[in-house]
Amino acid sequence: MKALLLIAGGSTLVYAMLAVLMGVIPGIELSKTPPGPGVEPLTPLEAEGREVYVANGCSYCHTQQVRPLPEDAVFGRPTAAGDLAYQTPELLGSERNGPDLSDIGARQPSAVWQYMHLYDPRSVVPQSIMPDFSFLFRVVAQAPAGVTPVPVPKPYAPAHGVVIPTHKAVALVAYLLSLKQPPIPGYQPPSAAAPSAAPPSAAPGAAPAFDAAEGAKLFSANCAVCHQASGEGIAGVFPPLKGNAVVLAADPTQQIHVILEGLQGANVGDTVYPGQMPAFKSVLSDAQIANIIDHERTSWGNHSPLATPADVAAERAKLKHQE
Amino acid sequence: MQDIAAAAQPSLSPEDTRALRTVFNVYTICAALWLVFATFIGVILAFKFVYPEFWAHAGWLTFGRLRPIHTNDTFYAWASIGLVGIAYYVAARSSRTRLYSPMLAWIGLGLFNIAAIAGTVALDLGINDGTLEYREWIWPIRLVFLAALLVTAWNLIATVARRNTQGIYLSNWYTIGGVLWTCIISIVAIVPWYQYGLGQVAVSGFFMHNAVGLWFTPMALGILYYAIPKLFSRPIYSYALGVFAFWTNLIFYPIIGSHHFLFSPLPWWLQTIAIVFSVAMLVPVWAGSANYLLTMRGRPERLYRSPAMFILVGVLGYLIGSSQGTAEAFRSMQQIWHLTNFTVGHSHLTMYGFITFVIWGGVYGLLPRITGKQANNLLMGIHFWWATVGMIIYVLALSIGGTVQGLDWIHGLPFIDSVVNMAPYWLWRAIGGSMMFASHLLFLWNVWFMTYGKRQPKAFAVASTGVTA
Repeated sequence: MKALLLIAGGSTLVYAMLAVLMGVIPGIELSKTPPGPGVEPLTPLEAEGREVYVANGCSYCHTQQVRPLPEDAVFGRPTAAGDLAYQTPELLGSERNGPDLSDIGARQPSAVWQYMHLYDPRSVVPQSIMPDFSFLFRVVAQAPAGVTPVPVPKPYAPAHGVVIPTHKAVALVAYLLSLKQPPIPGYQPPSAAAPSAAPPSAAPGAAPAFDAAEGAKLFSANCAVCHQASGEGIAGVFPPLKGNAVVLAADPTQQIHVILEGLQGANVGDTVYPGQMPAFKSVLSDAQIANIIDHERTSWGNHSPLATPADVAAERAKLKHQE
Repeated sequence: MQDIAAAAQPSLSPEDTRALRTVFNVYTICAALWLVFATFIGVILAFKFVYPEFWAHAGWLTFGRLRPIHTNDTFYAWASIGLVGIAYYVAARSSRTRLYSPMLAWIGLGLFNIAAIAGTVALDLGINDGTLEYREWIWPIRLVFLAALLVTAWNLIATVARRNTQGIYLSNWYTIGGVLWTCIISIVAIVPWYQYGLGQVAVSGFFMHNAVGLWFTPMALGILYYAIPKLFSRPIYSYALGVFAFWTNLIFYPIIGSHHFLFSPLPWWLQTIAIVFSVAMLVPVWAGSANYLLTMRGRPERLYRSPAMFILVGVLGYLIGSSQGTAEAFRSMQQIWHLTNFTVGHSHLTMYGFITFVIWGGVYGLLPRITGKQANNLLMGIHFWWATVGMIIYVLALSIGGTVQGLDWIHGLPFIDSVVNMAPYWLWRAIGGSMMFASHLLFLWNVWFMTYGKRQPKAFAVASTGVTA
């Protein structure tokens, strides 16, 4: 009996102490972490959307933790302790089969895109392997008053009727759009990434050559989900860049302006597009934007004069001055 | 049951043997059915990576609801029930006594099954306690599981307390310890009042690794300390080394959980401590593996038989999988592998290559000793090879693919490129996974034969010596 008590009881006592030390005390202490500057609780609708996110296990493929590593910089600034103040249950995730969503509301602010992507991810990203969430939508003969149907492209749309989001889809999109990392005052992203990404602009005066491969890569990473790899956009939702007057214009100023500042309600070829384009001024460097512009100006049958990082820098300076 | 005088008699009544046999048998059948179900879900999940439209368009078929069903049912239904069934047999036999209470065993089995069924239904309806890995079941269901653990602990302790041997055989240290520690883990995980935001991340890191390392690991290690001496008819190479591994495993394992959240906002020192003790884990892992391998050494005529081969893969799975875990815990390695599919390969190398193979070895090696019915050797062999080859394909595909994925990110490719580049590896994973699943159907068939098949009286008449120290 003594031996049993010693082995079972002794080891359990040791374990209980370790569990308190490594589980309970860190839990209690770190739960007190105050919210970071600008970190706000969710609105009731966003909170409901978060429940939809949790119920359907989105975090098994989408992390919400940007690591302080160069490869994570595309997803936003590193996640700080104060970002998690209102995040229970935590959704950091352990696998990144899909992109990190910590800052998705800023990176993809277009609600229309989010609805299309949830209804059928492949309607906007052909290579996507994300499950469709069509069960969060309804197909009706006619959209009720005040409800805008989801502009699902023809090959992905139901044969009859229109697609409208259920309340759950509305809440989920509200939640996704709420995912914006508030800036941390005084935080400077490590400058290591920027110079390596933009060595050509380091030599002032000499016009850096357009790097076609880099341009294609950046376009794929930042632009293709809306404007598509074909440059044709999505009819009625995201404008085409192929044959687009702004892209064909000899002067790239307006194109630079749109990329730096974003755009809403674009009017292209007498069509007004509902999609919302995010601003890239704090995301991409001058050289990167020049490469994207030049990719657009030399692809899909477009032939227009190239832009240089210096052009982008000039426009950026002008905008800063206007502020 | 109250009659202590009867229990003190070394000879067991036929009723006692029958009760132990029925408990071991029914636990194994339940476990095998859960294995088939949980891995069927796993195969569906694997194919969803290759064909995202496969079994889609409905909430109850969506990936994010099926994934926790696969993980929780392999953990808390297949592995837990399978291990407890063998642990009862080991406790009774190594203590030369009867199972303290078959009734408690039945209650425990009922609770395990109720928890797993309720958990499966709830998760499929999208009802969960947050997508906190391996503790997705809502708290009422987790309480049922905790009750099953408490019943099991009571029954195991009471059985060993009535032993007719001098010491407590090492196996029971591990199994009783595992059940008791897991009760603590469960309580720490269920109680919600201190887990908010970052605090919950810390608890998740703790829970995730402890549920694996202080439940499945000690249960499987304990079974190995009984099954290997039985199958090889010689005592364990070093009893003292086994005791040493017991205590080091207990002390190092609880500290390493935060290595699941390297580079996260968790305090840097907490992450660093986790890395240090992940390296320290090599001590119990190598001590344990060496002990098993040295016990098996030099008996090829016994090794190249099906039950022992399952055990051998299980021991190698423990050695390789756990050492790999240490390698993965370094920041430099995490920079490549963290958040990639490499981790999924690792978890299958351990939960499958180690735990699942040990359960199979235990069932094939020990169940016929009490039922007197052997599984067909050929079918056992096919089960072995399909499971082994399937697992190797599975783990290699995700290890290579996960490395490609991590390097794609480091090289700054557009994210979608890392998805496209994974396609062939996900296909191979689905192929390997399908082979593994097919072998589970054979296992179910074999369990049926060990239960209802023809009796082969001569096979296991020889009483082995040297198990009890």
